[in-house]
Amino acid sequence: MATRTDPKKDVVILGLGWTGSILGMELAQEGLEILALERGEDRNTVPDFQYPGVIDELKYGIRYGFMQKPTKMTLTVRHNTEQTALPYRHLGSFLPGDGVGGAGIHWNGHTWRTQDVELRLKSYVEETFGADIIPEGMQIQDWGVTQEELEPYYDRLEYMMGISGKAGNINGEIQEGGNPFEAPRARDYPNPPLDNTYDAELFADAARKFGYHPFPRPAANASRAYTNEYGMQLGPCNYCGFCERFGCLNYSKASPQTCILDALKQKPNFSYKTHAEVLKIEKAADGKTATGVTYFDEKTGDEVFQPADLVLVCTYSLNNVHLLLLSGIGQPYDPATGEGVVGRNYSYQMTGGTALFFKDKNFNPFIGTGSVGMSIDDFSISQIDFAEEGFIGGSYITGGHTGGRPIQQLSTPPGTPSWGQGWKEAAGQWYACKMSIGSHGSNMSYRDCYLDLDPTYTDRHGRPLMRMTFNWKDNDIKMTQFMKGKIEEVAKSMNPDKMASGFKHDGSQYDVRPYQSTHNVGGAIMGTDPKTSVINRYLQSWDCHNVFVMGASAYPQNTQYNPTGPLGALAYWAADAIRKDYLKNPRPLM
Amino acid sequence: MKTYLRILAGLVCLGVIVLLAIIFVPPQLTKPSEPLSADWQPAPGQGEYAMRMADCAACHTAEGGQPFAGGRAIESPMGTIWATNITPDKETGIGNWSLDDFRAALVDGIAPGGEHLYPAMPYENYRNLSETDIRAMYDYFMNEVPAVNNKVEETALAFPFNQRWGIRLWNWVALGSSGFKPETDAVASDEQLARGAYLVQGPGHCASCHSPRNLIMAEGGKTAQDDGFLSGGVIGGWEAPDLRSASSAAQRWSAADLKAYLTTGRNAHTAVAGEMALAVKDSLQYMTDEDADAMVAYLHHIVKGERQPAPSVPDQSLSAPRQIDNATDATSLKLAKGIGLDEGEMLYMDNCAACHMTNGKGAAEVFPAMSDNSLVTSDQTTGLIETILYGAEMPSTAKRPEKLKMPGFAERLSDEDVAALATFLRKGWGNDAGAVTADAVKAVRH
Repeated sequence: MATRTDPKKDVVILGLGWTGSILGMELAQEGLEILALERGEDRNTVPDFQYPGVIDELKYGIRYGFMQKPTKMTLTVRHNTEQTALPYRHLGSFLPGDGVGGAGIHWNGHTWRTQDVELRLKSYVEETFGADIIPEGMQIQDWGVTQEELEPYYDRLEYMMGISGKAGNINGEIQEGGNPFEAPRARDYPNPPLDNTYDAELFADAARKFGYHPFPRPAANASRAYTNEYGMQLGPCNYCGFCERFGCLNYSKASPQTCILDALKQKPNFSYKTHAEVLKIEKAADGKTATGVTYFDEKTGDEVFQPADLVLVCTYSLNNVHLLLLSGIGQPYDPATGEGVVGRNYSYQMTGGTALFFKDKNFNPFIGTGSVGMSIDDFSISQIDFAEEGFIGGSYITGGHTGGRPIQQLSTPPGTPSWGQGWKEAAGQWYACKMSIGSHGSNMSYRDCYLDLDPTYTDRHGRPLMRMTFNWKDNDIKMTQFMKGKIEEVAKSMNPDKMASGFKHDGSQYDVRPYQSTHNVGGAIMGTDPKTSVINRYLQSWDCHNVFVMGASAYPQNTQYNPTGPLGALAYWAADAIRKDYLKNPRPLM
Repeated sequence: MKTYLRILAGLVCLGVIVLLAIIFVPPQLTKPSEPLSADWQPAPGQGEYAMRMADCAACHTAEGGQPFAGGRAIESPMGTIWATNITPDKETGIGNWSLDDFRAALVDGIAPGGEHLYPAMPYENYRNLSETDIRAMYDYFMNEVPAVNNKVEETALAFPFNQRWGIRLWNWVALGSSGFKPETDAVASDEQLARGAYLVQGPGHCASCHSPRNLIMAEGGKTAQDDGFLSGGVIGGWEAPDLRSASSAAQRWSAADLKAYLTTGRNAHTAVAGEMALAVKDSLQYMTDEDADAMVAYLHHIVKGERQPAPSVPDQSLSAPRQIDNATDATSLKLAKGIGLDEGEMLYMDNCAACHMTNGKGAAEVFPAMSDNSLVTSDQTTGLIETILYGAEMPSTAKRPEKLKMPGFAERLSDEDVAALATFLRKGWGNDAGAVTADAVKAVRH
């Protein structure tokens, strides 16, 4: 029961990360009264990311200073429906952020567009290879939106974030030095590529010898001073090597703080509250709309009902799904019958990599930036013959490094003792001499990989935790093994003194302990059929038309890329639909 | 002898009479500078705009306080002056003031009842306000500003400064004529220059900081006809830079850069700091494009001599090589090489170079350049030391909303460190300014 009801707002935004900030900025221009609720703390470059405090690997890299605290919010995990799920008590495999800026402060900045075939994956596979190559239990779907439709919104996102990169395909014309396999774009990136590190150059040279097409990885780390459409500014990146897990001390990494928030805070019709954890989206009696949200005000201990005409769910993808499940918006997915939609098609990211050690090379690993590196898309989803290779999926492959932090980015060759004198000697010998080539691959969706409410465990408010049922599948392991072959081939051609590969293999089980990727997608997926999706192509709930759900929870299966590009483009796309269509006549848009 | 005594007594009597007259005879108030009909009404927004240009908020709104409710402490050489409540509250504000009262305060520095205001209120400059602006502002304060009941602390300066009648004498000496008149035919005959001159000399009250104070603490120069006008002043130990010499930043910068500095608090060379940040935040960012262009045109018009070329800025075009790769000066090359660095250079590399770069050029609109930066090279070192110790923040402005903030290094650097670093900054990249001592840093550290 709410202990307080606040005055009604036109719009309530749940979570003030990337999508919440984008939607806030777009709708503030419509003159609507907007309140954003953020469960975490407020954060600004100074003092929260200021030099030198923020480049503390122990505090932020190991002890997760900017991440969600499992004591306040976590989920349970199991591999299959036969098991009893247990709580994820210590962050490992993935690291949801909290606080103003969300995960948008501690990302690396890889900013990709999807390939056009990824957005209509099911149709593409059926048309090109036949429906019968889709393995039993795989549940891939089309997104309901096309690359052509999203192009202007990708463009807006990239220019808002000041992405550094090199176009590979401008209006169908292939550009030398860019990614020739990308979908056509209207114009080049707003900033030139970052300077390359030595290892990225070595990889690119080796890849070219195989006939591959290396290009600089698109980066939300500004290669020079930049001002975006909101007048917000980025400073040139100084290659300090502290991107992932850290806020940027240099105003160089695109984040809500550097790209949107000070402009948004100028709007008199926008306000935000921190330490406000939304507990539930409240539905009207007829269930067709939401009336607002109930949140827990951490500062006063009150439960507050915040009425609003429009509810924008912009929290981390996993929390989006959890909130929908708790609020009874959309029917929960049942893997036994295949019915229901909320929680359906949770998927993740299949990654792997090979480390190369060279006695005679010095890579100056401490010089790095989150996204620097040379990538190839020669084994991307659009380039692989699924029928011949026996899997559906693909990867982009990158050579380069993001930094040389002492704890997590210091690796030694296989056979090195894990402690003591032997380790010390090897660490000293190899610290600067190691580079890596990584595969960042797709993960398909499956009938029995899903999210629902846990029957046993509850959070501090007494709400059931969300339960994740997930394990690796043969299809994706085949994919990553294929990438392993391609990477090792290139790696060997570079003649390292030592090499070590880490890829999922036959029998690999999902392990929540080692960090893999904070690319948890799906569960509140978009589509054109309410029987198989939670939200329509405008990210609008099929059930409550005044609820829009942003973020990577919308992905029907994961792409081979990092998820921020598409979720940002989709936020602008949805904002456009709300501004141009929905506000004039609030109703289901499909 | 008797005659002598009689004359003396006569003089003493006369003196007493004059003194009593000074104290008790009400001063003549300045009449409106132009006739405006009684039913004249400002256009919507006109009063607020005039208030913005005159920057009333800078002094009359306390940090975190209600708009115009007063209570901000203004440190002066005579002691602390408390800004008054100028909301239309009848008890604690100016709710009972007539238009004539309002005009007298702005133009003559006289409050209702004849009490003299301290010249922290820039009536030396507001004397130039047009009657239209005065009327518009009066209308704004009476009808648009919410009344706030807020009794602010009484200003209580020590003797003799608490004898307000003395200000009357000061006014006789210090004040020029009232009403704005363009100082030359060239200015008068050019509408843009005339508008710029009005903004600078009147509401903008630029001279209150940027003109030196003379022996009686009055502004040294009222118009560009006076050599001292806008030739630089000192405020709280910070230099308010010279705006007129050919080598000053204001004159070297392009019109676009000067305009960007005034309206957004940042430009290709540097960013605003200190008191000027408040002027940008509360006043200058609201200038219309036409007014900003007029102000810039006038400032460039009153250069002494011929404007010198702008400091070089890194090429920002997409095809340009990275700026740090093509530096050729000795400081940049030494820092880039990183060998044989002295204490100050090491501290710069450890604490500053990530943003301000080894070439000392920073990045346009984001990180101020260290070379050719008057804050760095000023004879008044307080500004530089304060910035190193406590950081600086660009104001959020309409066109550039980001509050880019430099962190302070007070926790990290000792007085000796700051002195070594500041001394390096003042010598590096062709800068040529004197060393900073640890004692100077100690005096600023709080």
